[in-house]
Amino acid sequence: MDFIYNPVLDHVLLVAAETVAVLVPVLLLMAYATYFERKALGAFQLRLGPNRVGPFGLLQPFADAVKLLMKETIIPSGANRVLFLAAPAITFVLACMAWAVIPSFDGGAVADINVGILYLFAISSLGVYGVVIAGWASNSRYAFLGAMRSAAQMVSYEVSIGFVLVSVLLCAGSLNLNEIVRAQSHVWFFIPLFPMFIVFLISMLAETNRAPFDLPEGESELVAGFFVEYSAMAFALFYLGEYTNMIMMSALASILFLGGWQAPFGLTFIPGVVWLLLKICLFMFFYFWVRATFPRYRYDQLMRLGWKVFLPLSLLYLVLTAGFLEAFGLVPGAAT
Amino acid sequence: MSEPHAAAGHRWNPAWRLIMAELLGGMWITLRYFFKAKATINYPYEKGPLGPRFKGEHALRRYPNGEERCIACKLCEAICPAYAITIEAEPREDGSRRTTRYDIDMTKCIYCGLCEEACPVDAIVEGPNFEFAAETREELMYNKEKLLANGDRWESEIAARLELDAPYR
Repeated sequence: MDFIYNPVLDHVLLVAAETVAVLVPVLLLMAYATYFERKALGAFQLRLGPNRVGPFGLLQPFADAVKLLMKETIIPSGANRVLFLAAPAITFVLACMAWAVIPSFDGGAVADINVGILYLFAISSLGVYGVVIAGWASNSRYAFLGAMRSAAQMVSYEVSIGFVLVSVLLCAGSLNLNEIVRAQSHVWFFIPLFPMFIVFLISMLAETNRAPFDLPEGESELVAGFFVEYSAMAFALFYLGEYTNMIMMSALASILFLGGWQAPFGLTFIPGVVWLLLKICLFMFFYFWVRATFPRYRYDQLMRLGWKVFLPLSLLYLVLTAGFLEAFGLVPGAAT
Repeated sequence: MSEPHAAAGHRWNPAWRLIMAELLGGMWITLRYFFKAKATINYPYEKGPLGPRFKGEHALRRYPNGEERCIACKLCEAICPAYAITIEAEPREDGSRRTTRYDIDMTKCIYCGLCEEACPVDAIVEGPNFEFAAETREELMYNKEKLLANGDRWESEIAARLELDAPYR
């Protein structure tokens, strides 16, 4: 009889509803990211892009989804069946899990935890496992090489992303994503931390294995990298994971540097969700723009850029930021 | 500074590279292209222009009185480099020489236009139609009936094309 008023169950239902409310828009956004990517690349190359399915081709993502669902999932002989099928699931689930802490309006996140940034960093580090397991379980040289590259790349760029995060934390004085956004009510962090913003922009391309750092799936030498052997829905899950990660990194970039749900120029009558979405779209466009512009990096160049340029640069700027804050007594939360 | 870099001058200057001037320049170029007019057209609804010598689907023409032009000289069959044309002929009751069979294997045809060139009476022509894809191979084995039907269907366009091209022949 206490079924309705059971506080635990109520809480579970509330969290479930919140999760659905976050994940459904994210997945829709992800579906349309694929469409807009093809449209944008078409425009950059003076083409029309997809326009056959539905008005302006707007139903294209659903046509693709149906196609992939109908296809047969082929498991190569000699592959480790369990891990082979677990890898895409891991990638996709991790990409979705990260959304738990992203605040879409003031105080609005499924889990408004005090270690939000740390959680995000942990989840994005775990993302390497999906890739490595996929490469290893496929029993294919291409997949294995792709996975090795991908793992090395993601690990290298996570280091400089870590320093970027730390410098943002120094300015915000909190690990809570909502607090970080609130700390930007006067000035968005991309102005004082401009070099870090650039480092983050480039590192997030490498972190999500996107062009020009899409070496793990370099067609010319590795066919498709770690997901060569995947087909049908398992393949689609990798794609979903990749795009969800892209959107996640875009959301993170807007939260860390562009003030998340904060409205620019005092345009507060437009809700914060809309601003966050606009900022995410801006970064997604940046992803497509970069993909249309730059050729793929060579592997050693990629490693050089990560370790010999971004790491010293971000470390130096971190020290400068800390020194500046300390020298002028601006450290947030510190007793003066 | 090594030789190939010397030509690039200031572009290899570390300060120049730090502000990523080259990269930003590249992105500026692609952004300009993003807003340019499209080079492609929305094909089934829009079509590109075709020259009067475009070599498309074949057609057998008739004279304005309805008499078919072909006199079964078999020059097209002889010149066809792909051996795509098969002709059989015998005299009609009125004594004129006519084909009893005029087949073109469209799967063999290479659309070189030599049949058109060889024809002394402008009977076999390659028309402006290029949308004759079929679902089966058999549909692409054209016979005399199909070719004459094509001629009737496309006659106005074919006549206009021949007239446009006539000064250059």
